[in-house]
Amino acid sequence: MTEALRQFNERRRHALGGMADRWRALPRWQRWLGVLAGLAFLYYLPFLGDIPGTNLIIPGLDWFRTDSIAGGSNWAGVLFVCALYVLVAIGLNVVIGLAGLLDLGYVGFYAVGAYSVALFGSTQSPVVQSMQRQFGLSEEWAVAWAVCIPIALAFSLVAGVLLGWPTLRLRGDYLAIVTLGFGEIIRIVAKNSGWAGQAQGVAGIPGPEGPPSADNTVFGLLKIEPWYWLALTVVLLMVLLVRRLEHSRVGRSWLAIREDEDAAAVMGVYPFKFKLWAFAIGAALGGLSGLLFASRSTFIQPETFNVQLSILFVAMVVVGGSGNMAGVALGAFLLAYLPERFRDFSEYRVLAFGLALVLIMLLRPQGLLPSRRRTRELQDRAKEAAVNVA
Amino acid sequence: MLPKQMTSPEDAAPREVLLEVDQVTLRFGGVVALDNLSFQIYKGEIIGLIGPNGAGKTTCFNAMTGVYRPTSGEVRFDGEQVSGRKPHRINRMGIARTFQNIRLFPEMTALENVLVGADSRHHTSVIGALFRLYRVKPGPEELPVVDSTNGLVRFWQQVRRSSAQVFGISRHTLEERAGERKALELLRFVGIADRANDLARNLPYGYQRRLEIARALATEPKLLCLDEPAAGFNPAEKEELLDLIRKIRDRGFTVLLIEHDMRLVMGVTDRIVVLEFGKKIAEGSPAEVRDNPKVIAAYLGEPADAA
Ligand SMILES: Nc1ncnc2c1ncn2[C@@H]1O[C@H](COP(=O)(O)OP(=O)(O)OP(=O)(O)O)[C@@H](O)[C@H]1O
Ligand SMILES: [Mg+2]
Repeated sequence: MTEALRQFNERRRHALGGMADRWRALPRWQRWLGVLAGLAFLYYLPFLGDIPGTNLIIPGLDWFRTDSIAGGSNWAGVLFVCALYVLVAIGLNVVIGLAGLLDLGYVGFYAVGAYSVALFGSTQSPVVQSMQRQFGLSEEWAVAWAVCIPIALAFSLVAGVLLGWPTLRLRGDYLAIVTLGFGEIIRIVAKNSGWAGQAQGVAGIPGPEGPPSADNTVFGLLKIEPWYWLALTVVLLMVLLVRRLEHSRVGRSWLAIREDEDAAAVMGVYPFKFKLWAFAIGAALGGLSGLLFASRSTFIQPETFNVQLSILFVAMVVVGGSGNMAGVALGAFLLAYLPERFRDFSEYRVLAFGLALVLIMLLRPQGLLPSRRRTRELQDRAKEAAVNVA
Repeated sequence: MLPKQMTSPEDAAPREVLLEVDQVTLRFGGVVALDNLSFQIYKGEIIGLIGPNGAGKTTCFNAMTGVYRPTSGEVRFDGEQVSGRKPHRINRMGIARTFQNIRLFPEMTALENVLVGADSRHHTSVIGALFRLYRVKPGPEELPVVDSTNGLVRFWQQVRRSSAQVFGISRHTLEERAGERKALELLRFVGIADRANDLARNLPYGYQRRLEIARALATEPKLLCLDEPAAGFNPAEKEELLDLIRKIRDRGFTVLLIEHDMRLVMGVTDRIVVLEFGKKIAEGSPAEVRDNPKVIAAYLGEPADAA
């Protein structure tokens, strides 16, 4: 059985092995076209199988949609969750994949982002209500959604620094345990604090068009496509920014720390500073994702942000291929999408999930798309030839 | 001993002290790895640190580069105290080292390994890399070139050149370019440029040793500490390495060399310090040290007073 699987894996590797290299060998304009087509496809995804503006259906593609099965979830809604998780995975990948810090409490930052927009943006939140009383503001007053974004970013960034400052001196397993505790602390504090709405949570969380209401035309309650497009745009923007970091002095320092922290320190890299940055950036991305989640659901409660979610986040990174952005994005997508698409087997869902994880770890211990990093190469092959002569 | 050094035949002028190990003691629990050790390193020399296994040579490096903190005593570099500072600060003060058991970044290429060293002198951090807001006015040779014959491409190159003139070039870009140039030059200098794009872990053993030297040099040290750089080399390779060390000195670096092979140290060093059980048992020119009975005894494994 394992033998057969292994053979299959070998054949697959032969088939796909050269893909990345062949892609790089293409002329620049063709790669640009490829990327543009890929982007267009991502934005088209909510209509998968339909041709927008007509009643025509592309047969076959329909099968992939989660609403193609009886009782399936809204397809755009699932895509939105996928995009959120991809954002989470990209943030967590900075922490785990690039800097090599195992963070098991990532849900904590997701919660901080969600609670930031809930507590400052919703007219029903205890924080806003006490501000209204304090400053004699009207009942409708709350912090605008656009202002909540920097607030959420700042809060999760600060949470990352606060957690990182004392704990980043720990290594490996110790760090994992402390972060695990952090995730729980955030949830328990939210559950027990009056100002955070306690166990019933906070409702009336605003979106880009303000508080939830039936009059919202774009970011409404029923039509979810715009939410997906918003999340997708955020994801793409963040991918660009994280790529910039990866290919800079910062990214190199992260890798060096991951490979050999002491040697890196002796070579002039200050490990603490760069680890703290990794933590803060990861936290900010998690917070941003939490903010989008809260805005879309208009209602949050503490029990959403439990340990299982943290473990799921780590699983996305590990399954996809820690260290490789495309890999972790794929991992996040699959872990959000597959359970929804195969709801029919809902009784066996957890079992299937576990089996799938075991299989993946057997066949691809480095993840689906292992981090075969695009290493920095000399720009100019001719230059290299000249070197050999010299 | 010191006055004799100062009046050595090749230069009569008093030499400038670069690093001073001052009565350093370092204990690991019961083990005294360094015992009241004192010696000086002068600018521009190649100094050898020798001694039998477990004498405390590597520990001495670790105390100098901030990996361990001395139990007592202090290390001064260029007049400033070293002990107690963080390793990356010490590196920036101008001490770089290699490791006895090679410690490269195995999943990074040779070029990237050296770039990490070069980064030690750069300043771009997260904000700079993300937003490229820190602009520097480029020199004429840094500007994008306009050389295409295709009208459209040429126009685009012209636009880029003008915008670089008006808005400057981001420090990130300039540092990346300078780092790459420097890394390449160093790889060529130590003689491994032909494998620049290979992962460090795939390089042959001799290349890895040289890559460690290149990475250390990239941090622009004043003092380069080499911990048994020729370990595991055959005689021919050792000879090449000696040449490299002399070339490094000729570039103006001061070199501290740990080495087991007595003949190798004799051939290249200006001065030698001999350790045994964490204590300095001799110091002087290669010829003096070679004839010192204590040293002979230490190397033959006999008690010193029996010699
Ligand atoms: N981290 C440590 N903890 C405990 N003891 C140590 C430690 N590092 C070194 N020692 C001890 O200190 C003494 C000196 O070791 P060191 O590695 O400096 O010797 P060395 O001169 O470099 O030897 P070699 O020629 O084998 O490299 C040895 O007895 C060693 O066991
Ligand atoms: Mg040693």
